[in-house]
Amino acid sequence: MHGNLVLRSGSVQQARIFAGQSMSRTTNVMEIQFMNLVKYAVATAAASMLFGGSVQAGTLADVQAAGHVKCGISTGVPGFAFTDDKGDWQGFDPAVCKAVAAAIFGDTSAVKYTTTTGKTRFTALASGEVDMLARNTTWTFSRDTDLKLDFVGVNYYDGQGFLIPAELGVSSAKDLDGASVCIQTGTTTELNLADFFRTNGISYEAVPIETNSEGQANYEAGRCDVYTTDASGLAATRSALEDPSAHALMPEIISKEPLGPLVRHGDSEWADIIRWTLNAMITAEELGVTSANVDKMATGTENPEINRLLGSEGDLGAMIGLDKAWAWRAIKMVGNYGEVFEQFIGKETPIGLDRGINAQWTDGGLLYSPPFR
Amino acid sequence: MAQTLEQTGLPPVRPPQSSFSPGKLWTDKKSRGIIIQIIAMVLFCAVVVYLAGNVVENFQKLGKPFGFGFLKQESNYDINQTLIQYNSQSSHARAAVVGIINTLLIAVCGIILATVLGFILGVLRLSKNVLVNKLTYCYIEFIRNVPVLVHILFMYGLMVHALPHPKQAIVVKETFFLSNRGFYMPQPLFQPLFWLVVAAFVIGLVFAFWYRRSARIKQASTGEQSPVFWVMLASIIGLPILAYFLSGMPINWEYPTQSRFNLKGGMAIKPEFMALWLALSMYTAAFIAEIVRAGIVAVDHGQSEAAMALGLPRKRTMNLVVIPQAMRVIIPPLTSQYLNITKNSSLAIAIGYMDIVATIGGISLNQTGREMECMIIVLALYLFFSLTISFFMNWYNKRIALVER
Repeated sequence: MHGNLVLRSGSVQQARIFAGQSMSRTTNVMEIQFMNLVKYAVATAAASMLFGGSVQAGTLADVQAAGHVKCGISTGVPGFAFTDDKGDWQGFDPAVCKAVAAAIFGDTSAVKYTTTTGKTRFTALASGEVDMLARNTTWTFSRDTDLKLDFVGVNYYDGQGFLIPAELGVSSAKDLDGASVCIQTGTTTELNLADFFRTNGISYEAVPIETNSEGQANYEAGRCDVYTTDASGLAATRSALEDPSAHALMPEIISKEPLGPLVRHGDSEWADIIRWTLNAMITAEELGVTSANVDKMATGTENPEINRLLGSEGDLGAMIGLDKAWAWRAIKMVGNYGEVFEQFIGKETPIGLDRGINAQWTDGGLLYSPPFR
Repeated sequence: MAQTLEQTGLPPVRPPQSSFSPGKLWTDKKSRGIIIQIIAMVLFCAVVVYLAGNVVENFQKLGKPFGFGFLKQESNYDINQTLIQYNSQSSHARAAVVGIINTLLIAVCGIILATVLGFILGVLRLSKNVLVNKLTYCYIEFIRNVPVLVHILFMYGLMVHALPHPKQAIVVKETFFLSNRGFYMPQPLFQPLFWLVVAAFVIGLVFAFWYRRSARIKQASTGEQSPVFWVMLASIIGLPILAYFLSGMPINWEYPTQSRFNLKGGMAIKPEFMALWLALSMYTAAFIAEIVRAGIVAVDHGQSEAAMALGLPRKRTMNLVVIPQAMRVIIPPLTSQYLNITKNSSLAIAIGYMDIVATIGGISLNQTGREMECMIIVLALYLFFSLTISFFMNWYNKRIALVER
């Protein structure tokens, strides 16, 4: 099943152009580390726990009163989250935030982004610093239950891979005995890595890093032989390397990493809005609704599910505290799932990811939205 | 001519009537002070109670129970520098201990190197040689006016980017390897007979201190001096070396060798440790240098003149007159520098050195989601370390303090 995840990269030139654009705002390692330190100190000091008031009652009402959605994203992964030349956050993950903002406010810019590291993300969400997280975060049992988070769906089915310089000539992850491995701390990949090396009876040196860009810097400097994270993130990182063809992804995918947006435990109404905004984007692709034809379809079609989705039949929006046109706005302003995928990480981009298991269920993939009824 | 009170014709002074009225509580300076302090204390307690209540309330709202049970769970992550047995199957508590040991290691190594460097720099700073004096001055001013975090990041950058890959490591006699993965050296493997060396060391230590004590008694009663330093050196260092060779050199050395990815075998000092150690030591040494200089300058020149007038040689003047008095000035500010090293070692997080903040306050915190508990543990540990250092230095300060007779 994971064979589908084997990634294709665009040409070297494309990658450079893309890297130049998307990473233009990427600061150097030192600054990133500074930022992390500050953020880490702020977020984990539990100061928000001390002084913060209620963090749960009616997130939707709070968001509407504030006029924007507070959205936690990663510190930057090419294609998945990056700043464009105007300084706005773009990418596969911020697209979810934008769709939610479009559904609530009809304005994709009504989002206040907060960058979070693997370490700070859950504290930021739990303390109310952000209303939702849309960053490569794996849905796991303990996070969903013990950490009091609510995963609302999956927007990318991923798995953990290894990136390694081709010149080392390593063909299997099981040959990595004694290697130094760069690993983002506070992630599921860190735990998978420990499990993988232990069960295979081989040793390694963990080089803990905070952010993707820090990992890339350490990998390029040769502090570690291997960089491991979700295969999609590796493909993205590889595209931003000086010579992507000199680096290879290993065939092994050692874990399941269903990545998706999440909210705090305990506000189901707010969770519903995120969940069904994501489902609306997935369903729109399944039903052939795109940002180009959504206006025409919104006037009424033969298909009653499209009509319910876009609000020309029934009033699903009222059931989640929004108006009839919520999904129409999200699709119109951000696009359906397939459009977003192709725009940021698809085959035409330097990231060059195949749809693979992230195709619609009708195409043999795993994307399967519950019906709009 | 002296006049008595009666003769002046003034009414006699009466003591004030001590009748109580609530207003006087406020007008009286002493009772007003007490009242203000009581009010301040009540307000302070109220703030603490409010904050604690808020924490409890927020935890309840989040549905997170407070407790330290998670410490017994498996940690599931690996740590790259462990001085005790640890793997991903060990508990979070053990991960915390690994972090504590790593923090203590950097603190102790840092304190030693910073003290040595600081004393050397402090003495050089007093040199009459203009070049030495000014160079040291520039060095100290540069180092201590740049934030320590910048030093750490700079050092780490130097280690990782400037040093070669393990394949092109700088090699000294196929024994020592320096690369951006660390400094590798041979690891001693102790053979069964090694206990003889340890025993020799203990005997040497006991003998050395017995000899010093009896030499002092002898000097006090007869005035005769004994070669204390050389005898102590010989018995503490010479005896174990002798035992080592007599027992047939019971140490085998494991040499590091090149392997597919890294150097294998031997002992390694990781670049994270080296960067943190050097940066912290250099930074703190600059401050210690100034403290040492101040201490020596604080001893009046008349003291050494008087000592020399008594016929004490220059070296003895320094050891018996100047340094003991300088130490009284040096020790209190030196204590706070030692505390600074210990606390600044938490900046290790910036370069991925696995100290307390990175283990229990970082990965464990994140994997278990117990922010409050983990931060309380980290807080308590740093407080404990700092108070211990403080306690020890205060004890030492009292011991060397001027005894007034």
